[in-house]
Amino acid sequence: MHDFTIAEMIHHLKEKKFSSVELTEYTLQRIHSHDKTYNSFISINDEHALAQAKAADQRIALGDAPALCGIPIAQKDIFCTNGIRTTCGSKMLENFVPPYDSTVVENYNADGAIMVGKTNMDEFAMGSSNETSFYGAVKNPWNTNCVPGGSSGGSAAAVAARLVSGATATDTGGSIRQPAAMCGLTGIKPTYGRVSRWGMIAFASSLDQGGTITRTAQDAAIMLQTMASFDAKDSTCVDHPIDDYSATLNDSIQGLTIGLPKEYFGEGLNAQTQSRVEDAIKTLESLGAKVKEISLPHSHLSVPAYYVIAPAECSANLSRFDGVRYGHRCDDPKNLEDLYTRSRSEGFGDEVKRRILVGAYALSAGYYDAYYSKAQKVRRLIKQDFVDAFNEVDIIAGPTSPSPAFEFGAKSTDPVAMYLEDVYTIATNLAGLPGMSIPCGLVDEKPVGLQLIGNYFAEAKLLNVAHQFQHSTDFHTLVPNHLKGGQ
Amino acid sequence: MVTYASFLKPNTKSTVELSVEPSEIQQLAYLAKLNINNDTVNETASSITEVLALVDQLQQANTEGVTPMAHPLDAIQTLRPDEVTEVNVREKFLTIAPASQDGLFLVPKVVE
Repeated sequence: MHDFTIAEMIHHLKEKKFSSVELTEYTLQRIHSHDKTYNSFISINDEHALAQAKAADQRIALGDAPALCGIPIAQKDIFCTNGIRTTCGSKMLENFVPPYDSTVVENYNADGAIMVGKTNMDEFAMGSSNETSFYGAVKNPWNTNCVPGGSSGGSAAAVAARLVSGATATDTGGSIRQPAAMCGLTGIKPTYGRVSRWGMIAFASSLDQGGTITRTAQDAAIMLQTMASFDAKDSTCVDHPIDDYSATLNDSIQGLTIGLPKEYFGEGLNAQTQSRVEDAIKTLESLGAKVKEISLPHSHLSVPAYYVIAPAECSANLSRFDGVRYGHRCDDPKNLEDLYTRSRSEGFGDEVKRRILVGAYALSAGYYDAYYSKAQKVRRLIKQDFVDAFNEVDIIAGPTSPSPAFEFGAKSTDPVAMYLEDVYTIATNLAGLPGMSIPCGLVDEKPVGLQLIGNYFAEAKLLNVAHQFQHSTDFHTLVPNHLKGGQ
Repeated sequence: MVTYASFLKPNTKSTVELSVEPSEIQQLAYLAKLNINNDTVNETASSITEVLALVDQLQQANTEGVTPMAHPLDAIQTLRPDEVTEVNVREKFLTIAPASQDGLFLVPKVVE
């Protein structure tokens, strides 16, 4: 049963091959028996999931249930869940039980999806390897000596290990696309403002965006349909019509123009990764697409701009954790200052502290213009590069990450090396554009991702291209060796 | 050893003072309400110096006449009618507070 995609599960539920309760019980049992190997879940919510599954079965029996009704999914532990612990991968929120649902969770609940658990992640989504989680690192199902990528590493590992068929995720600088690439999955980060951030614990508010990790583009279309909404409670959410993402999956890509940014194929890109990506682009050409070399001349400034803007916003966002209203509080505070300082110092890990300090530095008097204001100007230049490119091409393609999954500890002591993991993904966050990663082959038995970047609100086009690619390739069906044969 | 993409090599000709002193880190930590203990302050200072060397590449960009970008779609703040819509959920919030008393959040004595 765990080999079914979401689309297949929907079909079987409809055909009454099994009930949602049976599917959910099976899923929970599989998570309990296999997740010790991967550590992809922070919480497993048996009781909650089974109650949802019973309700879903009743709704399915009545007919006319939404597509996702009765399908088990996992939520990244960054989305607040009413009455269910939400940690954001941090000790700070070890005992935090939100009194409300995030809009994303509300949307999935409304459609009858079953939340089986909350997935592990880098602390406050700050990391590219899932090694900064207070709840332990997540192991990559393709190679358990390697990281699954981050920050949505738990969501990616859970889907790659066939524990669930789909999971929510968030992407501030590549946190959906990079783990999707490293775990051989399909990840989509929609346009900024497409998915509500209400109840999604904030890291860098002008960059954070929710999305999904699934095995196929077809499943991504189903999951995103439920997730996307206009939400008046998120003041940066954009009121823009939502396409029917499944309706155009089968459209031909004949005549589609794909831009290949020359800056994304330079030094620093693993040669074998490059070769898989180039082969994938040839496949798209064989389906009728045309390719055109383009330039995104400010690409080299993406990582520097990001590492001013993201820490600056993080230092402001994380100031809310004060040990007073919720979250960790130190024992026996001597005074208010001691309460704040000790609660925060005990509650946050090293990477979070580093980013708060970098942000505080960039925002401090005398440095604001040199860093923050400068980075916001550069951000506009980066966006303009894309605007110019999309006058000539329909989508942009390139690698998702410079190389496949790396071993634990390989980059954890070198923040700059870790930051460069996101060198190809960060620019789309700065520009607010939608991006995807789809599997395009293996290097040393580890998956590699093809990144597709679309124009604003072109999620349906991205999913269409990804689906057409998956229609003529089988990379998305590959499974780690030890999971073959129904394991 | 980090392999940088050629276009990402940290710029060595910095235009601002890059080295962050441990004393500056302690001042930033004080402002951010964080404790950085003396054993790790040098390490923190050097890792932050490295990050700043990376971001210093921004200084190369010609941004004359460019307006800083706050929202990717240049959206403006949406406003709602000025009506009370939220219900009072004080009890719910106090339930998740680490310490509360008489319907209020509890903090150490502030005024002697």
